[in-house]
Amino acid sequence: MRESLSQASLRVPFRVKLAVVWLGIFGVLSILFALVHFDLPWMRQHYLFILRGLPYTLIICAFSIALAIVLALLGSLGRISRNPVAYGVSGFYVSFFRGTPLIVQLFLWYLGLAQVGSNLMAQGHSWGHWLILDAFVAGILALGFNYGSYMTEIFRAGIQSVGHGQHEAAYALGMSYRQLMRRVVLPQAFRVIIPPTGNEFIAMLKDSALVSFLGTSLTTMELFRRAQLAGKQDFRYLEALILAAAMYWALTSVFSYFQGRLERRLSKGYVRELRVYTH
Amino acid sequence: MSSVSTPTDGRPLVRLENLRKRFGPLEVLKGINLDVMPGEVIVLFGRSGSGKSTLLRCINFLEDPTSGVVEVDGIRLAGGHRTHGKREMIRKLRMRTGMVFQDFALFPHMSALDNVIEGIVTVKGIRRDVAEPTGRHLLDQVGLQDKYDEYPIRLSGGQKQRVAIARALAMNPKVMLFDEPTSALDPELIGEVLAVMKGLATEMQMTMVVVTHEMGFAREVSHRMCFIHDGEIVEEGPPSRILNDPQDARTKRFLEAVL
Repeated sequence: MRESLSQASLRVPFRVKLAVVWLGIFGVLSILFALVHFDLPWMRQHYLFILRGLPYTLIICAFSIALAIVLALLGSLGRISRNPVAYGVSGFYVSFFRGTPLIVQLFLWYLGLAQVGSNLMAQGHSWGHWLILDAFVAGILALGFNYGSYMTEIFRAGIQSVGHGQHEAAYALGMSYRQLMRRVVLPQAFRVIIPPTGNEFIAMLKDSALVSFLGTSLTTMELFRRAQLAGKQDFRYLEALILAAAMYWALTSVFSYFQGRLERRLSKGYVRELRVYTH
Repeated sequence: MSSVSTPTDGRPLVRLENLRKRFGPLEVLKGINLDVMPGEVIVLFGRSGSGKSTLLRCINFLEDPTSGVVEVDGIRLAGGHRTHGKREMIRKLRMRTGMVFQDFALFPHMSALDNVIEGIVTVKGIRRDVAEPTGRHLLDQVGLQDKYDEYPIRLSGGQKQRVAIARALAMNPKVMLFDEPTSALDPELIGEVLAVMKGLATEMQMTMVVVTHEMGFAREVSHRMCFIHDGEIVEEGPPSRILNDPQDARTKRFLEAVL
C-alpha cells in the first residue's frame, strides 16, 4: 500500500504537487476567515478606496529610489575616494543612516526639521519655512536617505567588482577618471548593482507603509494609511489589513517578476550561449 | 637574420633617462636608460620579476617612476609625485602610446567594434558615425572583418588580443607597448597575434616595445633586444648577436633555459 502510493507519487510532477500545497494553504485560510465572519461585502465596497492609495505608494517609492540611487552613487564614489572630505562625509552618511531606525529618521525629517524651521523663523530667518516639510516630502526624503545609505555599500561593492585591468586599459587609452567611471566602470558595475537595487526597491515598497505614521494628508494618502482609515471607520481592521497586505504582495510579486527579466537582459555580452537560463 | 632594416637616424621617439622605480623597500628598476628610434622594434626579455613589465608600464605611467625622466614624442615627464598639470600631460602622453595587455583587458560590455572606437569617441571626441568606418577598417586589418558586433566573451583568446591591438591602434599612437601579448594564449592561437604584430612592424613601420618570451618573433621582427635582470639592462644588441652570441653570463643562462 505504502509502496504503491510512493510509486504513484513519483508520477505526479513536482509543479502539480506545489500547486496543490498552495491551494491547500489558501483553502485553510479561507475556512479560518469564514469562521471569524469575514466581511466579504465590506471588502468589495472598500477595496477601491484603499487601492486609490497605490499610486501614492508608487510615487513615494519612485522618488525615493531615484534619490537613493543618486545618494548611493555619490556615497560609493566617496567611499572609494582618497579625498578625506569625500571619504569622511560618505562615511558619516552611511554610518548614521544605517545605524538608526527608519521610523526615527522619518520623524526627524518631519518633526525634527520642522522644529528647527520654526525656531529659525522665530529668530527672523524667513527661509526657515522650507524646513517645515509636508508629510509626503518628508517620507520621500527619509526613505531615500535611508535606502541610499544601504545602497552605498551595494554600489561600492559593484564598482570594486570591476577589475583593475579595466582601469588600466581605460587609462592607457588616455581616459580621465570621470571617463573611466562613466564609460567603463559604472556600466559594468550596474550589472552587479541592479539586482540588489531591485531588491531594495521591493523592500522599499513595503517600508513606504511607515510613511502613514506621519499622517499624510487626504489627497496624498498611500495604501496603508487608507487601509487604516477604512478599517477604523467600520471596525473592519482585519478585512482592511488583509486587503492592504494583498495589494502590497501583488505589487512586490509584479516587481520581482520584472526584476528577474531585467537581470537576464543585463547579462547580455557576458553569456556565451544565447539561450536564457531560468530557474 | 633581421627582415627589417634598422632605423638609425633622427631623434629618439621614446627616451628613458636614469629611470628608477621603488615599491616600498624593493627597488624594481635601478636606473634604466633607453632610446627607442622611430620605427624601431625593441624586445625586452628576462625572467619573471626582473622588472621588464614595470619598465614597460612606466613608459605610459601606469606605474609612476620614482625618479628619472620619460620622454615620448616630445613630451618630457619626470618621475615622482603627480600634480594636476602633470596628470594632464600624462593623458597627452598616453594618447600617443598604445598598450596591449597580457590578459587583453577588453571592455566586456562593448562589442568588438565599440571596443575599438571607444578611445577615439570618448577621449578624442570624434563622432560615432565618423569613428565607426575607422574601427571597421582596423578590425579588417587584424583579420576580424566578420566579428564587428561580437562581444568579447564570444571571441577566442587570439581574436580578443587582435581586437585589443586594433583598439590601441585606433588612437593612432606613435609607439605601441606590448606586455606579454601572447602569454595568456593557447599555443595554437599565438601565431595569429604574432602575425598581426609582425605586420605592424614591417608594413606600418610602427615603433614597438615588446615584452615577450617569443624568441622566434624577437629574432625575426625586432631590431634590438634588451635583457633585463634585477632591474637593469645588462645586455642589449641586435637579435642576431644576442641570440647567437650573448656576452653576459646571465643572458647566456636565461637563453639556454628558454631556447
